[in-house]
Amino acid sequence: MPNLKDLRVRIDSVKSTQKITSAMKMVAAAKLRRAQEQAEAARPFSERMDRMLSSLYDGLPAGTSGPELLAGKGKDDIHLIVVMTSDRGLCGGFNSSIVRGALKIINRLLDDGKEVKILCIGRKGRDILRRDFRSLILDTFEDVGRKALSFVDATMVSDRILRMFANGEFDVCTMIYNRFQSAMTQIVTPQQLIPFQASPKTHSNAAEDLDSSEVEAAGAGKAVYDFEPDEQAILEDLLPRNLSIQLFRALLENAASEQGARMTAMDNATRNAGEMIDDLTVTYNRTRQAFITKELIEIISGAEAL
Amino acid sequence: MTKTAEFELVAPEELLLSELVELVVVPGAEGDFGVLPGHSPLISTLRTGVITVYEKNEVKKRLFVSGGFVEVTPERCTVLADEAVSIETADRRDVENRVRASQEVFDAAREDEKDDAAEALRISKALLAVLDTAGQA
Repeated sequence: MPNLKDLRVRIDSVKSTQKITSAMKMVAAAKLRRAQEQAEAARPFSERMDRMLSSLYDGLPAGTSGPELLAGKGKDDIHLIVVMTSDRGLCGGFNSSIVRGALKIINRLLDDGKEVKILCIGRKGRDILRRDFRSLILDTFEDVGRKALSFVDATMVSDRILRMFANGEFDVCTMIYNRFQSAMTQIVTPQQLIPFQASPKTHSNAAEDLDSSEVEAAGAGKAVYDFEPDEQAILEDLLPRNLSIQLFRALLENAASEQGARMTAMDNATRNAGEMIDDLTVTYNRTRQAFITKELIEIISGAEAL
Repeated sequence: MTKTAEFELVAPEELLLSELVELVVVPGAEGDFGVLPGHSPLISTLRTGVITVYEKNEVKKRLFVSGGFVEVTPERCTVLADEAVSIETADRRDVENRVRASQEVFDAAREDEKDDAAEALRISKALLAVLDTAGQA
């Protein structure tokens, strides 16, 4: 028969765990709201950037392929994978799903005989990847956006990537992050950064946003843009900036996803703790009653024996 | 009624300004230029400088930009700034601190970081200079 005191201690410990998880859930919810607001505030810039980039594509004289950041180096032997995870755990499957996605890509590339280099953003991804690919990890950025994510953080990462690209250390760069769908669902998304590919999604969205008259105006306007200085020079300036923006957007999405995942995980944990407390309380009460009954039987049978 | 064009100033972190303007002067890479409604389509890079928004021939707003891009169409002018600071609301003491901080970073920077640090220092000094001239005017 279980010991009453042990049961009491267990119930108390589960109760205090529940208090912690529900507090964490509340904190995550507040942080999620902030992260979402930030992600929304950053959206106009990347939309305008997309619009400007597509005008520039169209403005490029026929036959020129643009700078290497856009056209690539004509080979894809060395791949750089940027894995974005969080610095802290306790957020459900958030980190492991990113790492799983990354592993799939890495293994496929290795099978194809490509060389792979890994750049980690966030401690958790590094910790897991280190088990299998210690030698492939170049560097880890930690505490990115620990207080509040700023554009400077993204620039720091993109500067590093650009320097490596300029030194010819890789040919293709892909980042993996969690796209924020809702607090419940995050989608692991690989996105190729270099050579830059305009995502088809943003393009169709941009077209939808404009009503038909504007499309006509834009279509008419596009052909006659003046460039100052010339297209090539602007592109060379714009593409590195675009890289920072893409990274920044991914970091923001990732931050929102992390808080969303943590909120959901902690919500589950709180509920589980509640169930556990109920179960334990039932057991506790039953045991207590059993003891009382047993004692009563002892007294009665003792009295009868006299 | 005077004709207006839509002017937008966007920084990476947020949309700073979106309003109808009569004239805005932008520091283009190859010289300042004014944008009136109906300007021919243009894409240009920006140098460090001041964007001035005019209304009824008077300066309405002045904003410092560290650099970026501008896209002009007949009905719209969009500035993608790396960083933008409103000159009316900027606090001179904050800017002074920033110049000092970036000077320290520059002095401590290793050889391969010198360029970035020098750039940050240049921008903060430019902002300070702009604030000083605005104060005198």
